Amino acid sequence: MTAPTTASLRRQLEVVAIALLVSLAIGSLLVLAAGRAPGEVWLAMLTRTFGDRYALGQVLYKATGLAFTGLAVAIALDAGLFNIGGEGQLAAGMLACAVVGAALPDGTPAIVAIPLCTVAAALAGAAIGALIGALRVWRGAHEVITSIMLNEIVAGVVLYLGNRYLFHDTTRGPPITDGAEIPHLGLAGSDANWSVLLAVAVAGAVWWLRARTTWGRAWRVVGDAPAAARASGVAVGRVQILVLAASGALAALPATSYVLGHEHAFETGLGAGSGFLGISVALLGRSHPLGVVAAAFLLGLLSTSGLVIGNLVPKEVTEVMQGVVVLAVAATSAWARRRDAQQGRAT
Amino acid sequence: MISLLLLAIVAAVPLALAALGGACTERSGMIDLALEAKLLFGAFAAAAVGHATDSAVAGIVAGMAAGVLVSAVQAGCALRLGADQVIVGVALNLVALGGTRFLLQLLYHEGTNSPPAPAYGDAIVANPLVWLALIAAIVVPFAVDRTRWGLRLRAAGDRPDALAAVGVSATRARLAAALVGGALAGAGGAQLSLEVGVFSADISGGRGYIALAMVILSGWRPGWAALACLGVALAEAAELQLQIVGSAIPSELASLAPYIITVLVLVIAGGRKPPRALGTGQ
Repeated sequence: MTAPTTASLRRQLEVVAIALLVSLAIGSLLVLAAGRAPGEVWLAMLTRTFGDRYALGQVLYKATGLAFTGLAVAIALDAGLFNIGGEGQLAAGMLACAVVGAALPDGTPAIVAIPLCTVAAALAGAAIGALIGALRVWRGAHEVITSIMLNEIVAGVVLYLGNRYLFHDTTRGPPITDGAEIPHLGLAGSDANWSVLLAVAVAGAVWWLRARTTWGRAWRVVGDAPAAARASGVAVGRVQILVLAASGALAALPATSYVLGHEHAFETGLGAGSGFLGISVALLGRSHPLGVVAAAFLLGLLSTSGLVIGNLVPKEVTEVMQGVVVLAVAATSAWARRRDAQQGRAT
Repeated sequence: MISLLLLAIVAAVPLALAALGGACTERSGMIDLALEAKLLFGAFAAAAVGHATDSAVAGIVAGMAAGVLVSAVQAGCALRLGADQVIVGVALNLVALGGTRFLLQLLYHEGTNSPPAPAYGDAIVANPLVWLALIAAIVVPFAVDRTRWGLRLRAAGDRPDALAAVGVSATRARLAAALVGGALAGAGGAQLSLEVGVFSADISGGRGYIALAMVILSGWRPGWAALACLGVALAEAAELQLQIVGSAIPSELASLAPYIITVLVLVIAGGRKPPRALGTGQ
């Protein structure tokens, strides 16, 4: 995998800058195809978002969820695994979160209710992540294919459980107890809420684990040099399963923002797409927690701006660019790696 | 029973063509997670050109061309630049998901469906894609096992160093395999939209990944992979039939059958040995 560990910060920034420019160029071609001037659209995207507190709040709301799903993909990439099962892990997490939130008795204090709901979400996501890991380690089943299949399977099971037990001729489950609600930030009535603090704290925790603990070292060695890790006594398979479980837990945590912070209930289709977008976030953030947070904001801006520029160009432009960014980062980092290797030989 | 088999044959065509294409690409040493993108762009191109020309055959040609184009981009990134093959594949699938929806808006100002294109429906004998799949299921294994093109393809996948020693570029052999694979998968995409006569967003629904799982199950043998796809389609058709006569399994869960089968297949086939140079970029 392309997870960076030893390369310098400067090279990482260079890769990201080139990849962003390439993505912007391709996006500009799409805008031109739609009969608009790219400069006009990009300028409108920035001014309409940053000039409007509500729009900015929506970006923050989106970025909160993406920080979690981005970190989920990032820690798996660090360990040489590609978790693209975020959609399913998030759906399971939101269902668990909302069911626990609705089951708690009225009057449960926030200090009890919010952690319980959060842990329920994380456990549901972790269970699916661990399953993907176990299938990979014990049976050699490629995690990308099993992830996609489990996304579909979880979506079907969640829909079945919802229709059978939660929804009564609607697509919305019962409301969570008041104590489990995370308050809005109060940014001009936008959906942004205080779960953004949890996202920042979790990013900090991942940074600390990754940079400062033997655990973090173990999971990165497994990604960089699995043979060496095995030779030095690391239980590679166990690390892989644990990392995918942790990745699944992280992918489920947007439930705190979507369910506890905003909808206050489970709803079909809530947060759809955030899991996949986490792939773009992690690659653009070069798997580094700080980079991931920055990339979450940028891609949050891109994905919400589909609405603010929707009257100029088809909003699907931003969907294409989410994939283009991934391709551009993968290609650029490979190109930089090759160039460095050639320079290394020359000197 | 016969009607079930006929339904399954029609449903197996896109899966089998994608699997045959994927087997070519993977056997030559390049991971082919972009099958989903080839199906999607192939389905869109077939519907768009089919609509514009009112010719299904023109649609098929366009679908194959779209698959070849996706393969060319994939090979450019993964072989020429040496980018991570798994990430390139997933990225192309994301591009295809958004890109086909963008094109729907751009060309037709529609969010989910294309305007009507010619439809083959349940036809089997009159549908050239069924014949293409059948012929490819016989010719591709033969070509891989018995021709010079196939020999180079297999060498690129297993012993790229040996291929280089006799002066043949492994990259070129892989490109040749990937372009043929792209045409096959693109034809599979054409079947998706020309069966019903319309392209709709996400029409592939994960079939590219299912096809790749069948390639792995077959041990990277194209003929067996195509046969495995017929098996999945049979299970899917049987499940639909059960739904019609009424079964105890709720419909939300019954429709998950192909995905559950695919996971089980990977659990069973996990130990199979891939081509030695698969995904290494060597």
